[in-house]
Amino acid sequence: MKVDALVIATGEGSLPLATGTIDVLGYSPGLVSSPFEALPTFLHANPEHPYRIAGIDGVEHALAWLAETAESLGYQGGLVRNRWVPTVLGGLRPTSMLPRSMVSADLHANAHAEIVVAGIRGYRDFHPALLAANLSLATPPSGGRTIRARATEVEWPGNSSDLVPFRLARRLEEAAVRREIANRIRPSLGGATAVAMPALLGRERWDEVHRDLEGRLERDVFEVPGLPPSLPGLRLSDCLRRALRRAGGRLLLGSSAVSATRVDGEVRSVTVTQAARHTEVKAGFVILATGGFAAGGIARDRDGTLREPLLGLPVHGPQVGAEPTSPRFLGSQPLDRAGVRTDPTGRPLDTAGEPWARNLYAAGAVLAGAVPWREKSGEGVALATAWAVTGAILGGAQ
Amino acid sequence: MSARVDPMGSSDHLESGAALVRSSLDACIKCTICESACPFAVATPLFPGPKTVGPQAERFRSGLSSADWSVDYCSGCGICSRVCPQGVRIAEINAQARARLKERTGIPLRDQLLARPDVMGRLGQPVAPLFNRAVETPAVRTIMERTLGIHRSAAIPRVSPRTFQSWSRRHPPAPGPDRVVYFHGCSVNHFEPRLGRMVVAVLEHQGLRVDVPEQGCCGLPLQSNGNFPAARRYLTRLAHRLAAAADVSVIASSTSCGLMLKREGREILGVDDPALADVSRRTWDIFEFLRDLHERGLLRTDLQPVDLCVAYHAPCQQQNHLMGKPAIDILSLVPGLRIIELERDCCGVAGTYGLKREKHDISMSVGEDLFHDIRGLEPDAVLCDSETCRWQIAKATGYPVVHPVEILHRAYSGGGRPPRARG
Ligand SMILES: Cc1cc2nc3c(=O)[nH]c(=O)nc-3n(C[C@H](O)[C@H](O)[C@H](O)COP(=O)(O)OP(=O)(O)OC[C@H]3O[C@@H](n4cnc5c(N)ncnc54)[C@H](O)[C@@H]3O)c2cc1C
Repeated sequence: MKVDALVIATGEGSLPLATGTIDVLGYSPGLVSSPFEALPTFLHANPEHPYRIAGIDGVEHALAWLAETAESLGYQGGLVRNRWVPTVLGGLRPTSMLPRSMVSADLHANAHAEIVVAGIRGYRDFHPALLAANLSLATPPSGGRTIRARATEVEWPGNSSDLVPFRLARRLEEAAVRREIANRIRPSLGGATAVAMPALLGRERWDEVHRDLEGRLERDVFEVPGLPPSLPGLRLSDCLRRALRRAGGRLLLGSSAVSATRVDGEVRSVTVTQAARHTEVKAGFVILATGGFAAGGIARDRDGTLREPLLGLPVHGPQVGAEPTSPRFLGSQPLDRAGVRTDPTGRPLDTAGEPWARNLYAAGAVLAGAVPWREKSGEGVALATAWAVTGAILGGAQ
Repeated sequence: MSARVDPMGSSDHLESGAALVRSSLDACIKCTICESACPFAVATPLFPGPKTVGPQAERFRSGLSSADWSVDYCSGCGICSRVCPQGVRIAEINAQARARLKERTGIPLRDQLLARPDVMGRLGQPVAPLFNRAVETPAVRTIMERTLGIHRSAAIPRVSPRTFQSWSRRHPPAPGPDRVVYFHGCSVNHFEPRLGRMVVAVLEHQGLRVDVPEQGCCGLPLQSNGNFPAARRYLTRLAHRLAAAADVSVIASSTSCGLMLKREGREILGVDDPALADVSRRTWDIFEFLRDLHERGLLRTDLQPVDLCVAYHAPCQQQNHLMGKPAIDILSLVPGLRIIELERDCCGVAGTYGLKREKHDISMSVGEDLFHDIRGLEPDAVLCDSETCRWQIAKATGYPVVHPVEILHRAYSGGGRPPRARG
């Protein structure tokens, strides 16, 4: 079925900042080795979790959809078992899917005899010695095997003004620069079987960059994402934008939705900003995917009132007077769970607990009930709920 | 807590646009999304990036003393403002900072010249054949580069021996009861009057009477070269002339100049004139207007087949209208026409930026991905709504690059020859 789809976005979403891996469930709250096995119990214990909109089947379908849609990025993995990949500080974190440039970072599947962590001197957001030292202390949860990691730092062959992520990524797309970098890394490789590098290995031509470095170093090479901007996240964002365009969908980037018209329990149109005036966009269905606090999907006033600024939907979360945060930074933060509540098909509820509108759905970080930072479920929730509500719309529209 | 800024949130904001632009910097969370999207920062170390030069450096600028020079290397394409999830008006902040820098340093003669296409057009017109031959003569261009600093390879348009205004004065107005005002801009008047005639024909075909009042430059090139006082004078004069013409829709075929009326004059220049506010609300980009007609069932669809394969590039300023790509929406109605949507953001010219000796190479490197894609597609023609972008792309690729209205005009007038390359 051909659907006319328009995406309205104030700005880029969280993808260019996120890791580019697909996290579905990493902690529940204990470490999860198989999301497929853990999800039923997890959903039982968290009946309000957004995953219930998709169900486990839905999560699986959504991952398959992503693998197919982002085929050029070579995503691998799924629900059966979590991968264990190093963070930029050398910890290990669970994730469900990895793009090809990170596949050999999975320290569960790959028994690398030794990893050389190769950094670029002067690049401020990647510290190989720190990463390697911490990684040597880590043990993969699946086995008692210790990880051998060693650091090296090479001089950048170009100008020091290149030492920012977007320029490094672009320069590494040049064969001559890569040859030089590889020459400088090679002497410290010794018996290593894998090389970890900052996730800067090209933007559009990442595949060529990655393969070429693997060829030149004769080792597995994998990217370790760090501080934003995240090249793996940007590549995924680029890829999804292209997919939207090629499917005939349109993107209105830079434009904000400011209100919606609801008649007889149905949203009829959304009002959006333009350069000189507002305009109304008619819609048969609307999906609210405005994100969490950072993206502006949920707001908190000075007095502690939680708001959903676009439609004024009730927000479920710590109410005025309740403690919104915990003094432990990495502890459970009540505010994290805040969001919009929905019926089982993903339609936001009004204060009476009824769908706010028959044709309004919600997906992603705007939903209540997930704690993405602790669960490691941000992308999984965004993907699976988007997949599920789109399915509900397409099914309902037939 | 979220501190997003909605510049259009209420109509009061429309009045205090320029101040709001600057205060939006407090919403910056340093997420770097703008830095990864900026086509210029990746192409030259001379521009450290929109976040660094914009919200970050702005905190250190007070009064006339600017902390840096690099803001001069911002092209003003506006992509940063569009991708910012927090609503920070980065490009606008940079434009204002550049003007303050220029107040201190002065504006070189070259930039004063490039910023006045109307003057260039008026001077060139009486000697058009000579002027056009001269700017195509390598020796002349070498001299121009050495003395003026206009890059020898930069695309310079040909001056028309007759202005669009002189044609329209003699053109009998169509009788239609409904009227529109056509804001043609300097480019149609002096360099591409043929395009203006096609715009008029397409609008008259809808049964509209097209008024073409005396107008003049909108001040956009002055603004981007940092001369705000002159830009404000030009824009205010234009707004008054357009406002006085008739209380009807104002149609622009130059997408960047239309944006000046809609938004930039208020938000960047801070022009707070009721005439501008009035005109701003009723200004339409030509395809935005046609799409609106179509949505209301008023667009004539007696379109003849046009058997061409065209590649459409939506220029930065067109995207800054936040209206999508109406040219594609409308041209999709033309039978036989195959439209390929190009997927690059910027051609690199950014108005007068790419003409400058010290910036031309940066500009070409920004556009290279676009040029590469075009060469690979081998289209019959490239379509683009902005004139300086058309000239840059044509020069860089050798392909004919035309305003999308040319295709619509052809479809209304019964097919016809494919477009030919310029020059
Ligand atoms: C730095 C960072 C690192 C992360 N790392 C991980 C990770 O390692 N693992 C993980 O699982 N998750 C991670 N996440 C979280 C994950 O990326 C997000 O949970 C997920 O992307 C949310 O997707 P979304 O589409 O719901 O929201 P978003 O991606 O935030 O998109 C919301 C969109 O809505 C737009 N918007 C908001 N209001 C309006 C309006 N009124 N009109 C129009 N548009 C509007 C915004 O501009 C934005 O484009 C990370 C996030 C960040 C910021």
